[in-house]
Formats: sequence, C-alpha cells, structure tokens
Amino acid sequence: MDAEAAKLIGAGLASIALAGAGVGIGHIFGNYLNGALRNPAAAQGQFGNLLLGFALAEATGLFGMVMAFVILFVF
Amino acid sequence: MATGGLGIDPMHQFKITPIIPIHIGNIDASFTNSSLWMVIAIGLITLFTTASMSGRALVPGRMQSLAEMSYEFVANMVRDNVGMEGMRYFPLVFTIFMFVLFANLLGLVPGSFTVTSHIIITFALAFMIFLGVTVIGFIHHGLGFLKFFVPAGIPVVLVPLLVVIEVISYLTRPISLSVRLFANMLAGHTMLKVFAGFVVMMGVFGILPLLFMVALTGLELLVAFLQAYVFAILTCIYLSDAIHMH
Repeated sequence: MDAEAAKLIGAGLASIALAGAGVGIGHIFGNYLNGALRNPAAAQGQFGNLLLGFALAEATGLFGMVMAFVILFVF
Repeated sequence: MATGGLGIDPMHQFKITPIIPIHIGNIDASFTNSSLWMVIAIGLITLFTTASMSGRALVPGRMQSLAEMSYEFVANMVRDNVGMEGMRYFPLVFTIFMFVLFANLLGLVPGSFTVTSHIIITFALAFMIFLGVTVIGFIHHGLGFLKFFVPAGIPVVLVPLLVVIEVISYLTRPISLSVRLFANMLAGHTMLKVFAGFVVMMGVFGILPLLFMVALTGLELLVAFLQAYVFAILTCIYLSDAIHMH
C-alpha cells in the first residue's frame, strides 16, 4: 500500500476516538439531567462538576484528534 | 498540506513568525508573535487587576466588581478543593487561571494569535505545575509522600502492580493536562477556520455556514472559559493530593 494512503487511513481510524467522547458527554449530561429532575434543589451545586466531567470526557476525543494530526503532519 | 480550495489553509493561523530576531549562539530566542501575545495577555491582566482596584471603592463599580468576582471565583475554587491551608497557594492558581483565560479569550479576537494552541506553551505550564506540586508534597510530608503511590487497604500481592499503575498515572498528569488545553484550542480554531472557508466557497449560500459560525464562536467562548476553569481546578486537585495525600 502507498504510504500516503496508509497515513490517511490511520488518521481516519484515529478519529474513531470521537465515538467514545460522544458516549461520555451524552452519559454525563444525561445523568446530570436525570439527577437534576429527581432533586432540582441539589442541581445547582453540581454544575461545576458537570462542566468538569464534560471537559474531561471531551478531552479524550481530542486526544484522538491530536493522534490524527500527528499522523498527518508529523510523519 | 491542508491547502483547500481558493488557497484556504486552516493551519496558517498557528504559524509562529519572528518579530525581533534574537540569536544567542545556536539558540533561536527571537521575540515572536507568540511572545507578543503572551506579553499582551500579561499586560492586560496586570491592567485589569490593578487599574480596576485602584479606586478601592466600598461599593464597587463595574470593573472593580469584575476583578472582585474573578478573585472570589478562584478563591472559592481553592477553598472548596484544597481547603483553607491551600490558600497559601492561591496566588499561583489565580495567576495560572488568569493567564490561560486571557490567552484563550485573546485568541478569539480575529487576526490574533492563540498562545495556548501550542503544545510547548501548555506543556511548559503543566510541567511546572507538576514539578511544583511534587515539591510541595515532599515539603509537607517528607519521604512519607511516597506512600501516596501505595493505595491503602489492598492485598499485599497486588501492591507491586498497583504501585506501578499509580506511578504511571501520576507521571501522565502533565501530559494529559497540557494536551487537553492545547487540543481544545487547536480543534476549536481549526474548526472555525474550516467553516470560514465554507463561507467563501459556497458563494451566496455561504450565509448558512456564516450563521453556524456565529453559534460556533459562542461555543468557543464557552470552551475558552471552561478550559481555563478545568486547568485551574485540576491544579487545585493536584495540590490537594499533595497536601492531603488522597
């Protein structure tokens, strides 16, 4: 296989990491809503944790994106 | 590479260009656009915190309450996550938070340079935090800080395995901390430029990506703040680990 083609396939494969980030972000917001509707009084106090969890989950997908960029531009 | 139609290059914005070339021996220590925007960020923070507080009004005006809010925001973060003994390190956390926040926000100004979209800058920040926190841990607990790597209440057989895992997870902290910020900024700004390219390419129908970009810029504003918050709060969590050992 051509090295250039293999690079492009590899970068595409690295983008699969986004699936995990999607599941993670959905999980965090879904569970937050679930908890917030059961106990709306406690919801405000957990908003910081919600954003923290969102940022941490989103980062895993971005690690995949960095891998794709490294494959495309560094090698 | 990555030059799309009409010569649009979404990566061009990340190019570092020297403004005042300085060469010391073989080291290229030029004053670049990256350095310029860092100086602007520091200058704006200094102006913001000193000028807005110079009135020392009992009932704060707009700028003063903004400065007080940012102070209280970070102070609460440190108090909640590290406790009162963590307030000794409040200046560190405040400086880091304000620098990352201003660097992120200044990057959203059209034509500017995003300092935090370069891995070397975020990694330098994260690695200094990592070194500092480790030193603080050893100062507080002496060699007892090494117990941090041995989780309590596990079977003796599992100890060697878990110590290795704990040490590796400790050592990856600066990497994950820096890559998180850098990747968020890089991805956001590349995405904005790619959509800006669509606006030009689609002609009359470019209004659709243009409207989408307005929303996207709003999202980027949120991300800019959120990443500064996450960077600061993780610094607090690491500090808390070093001071309280779990």
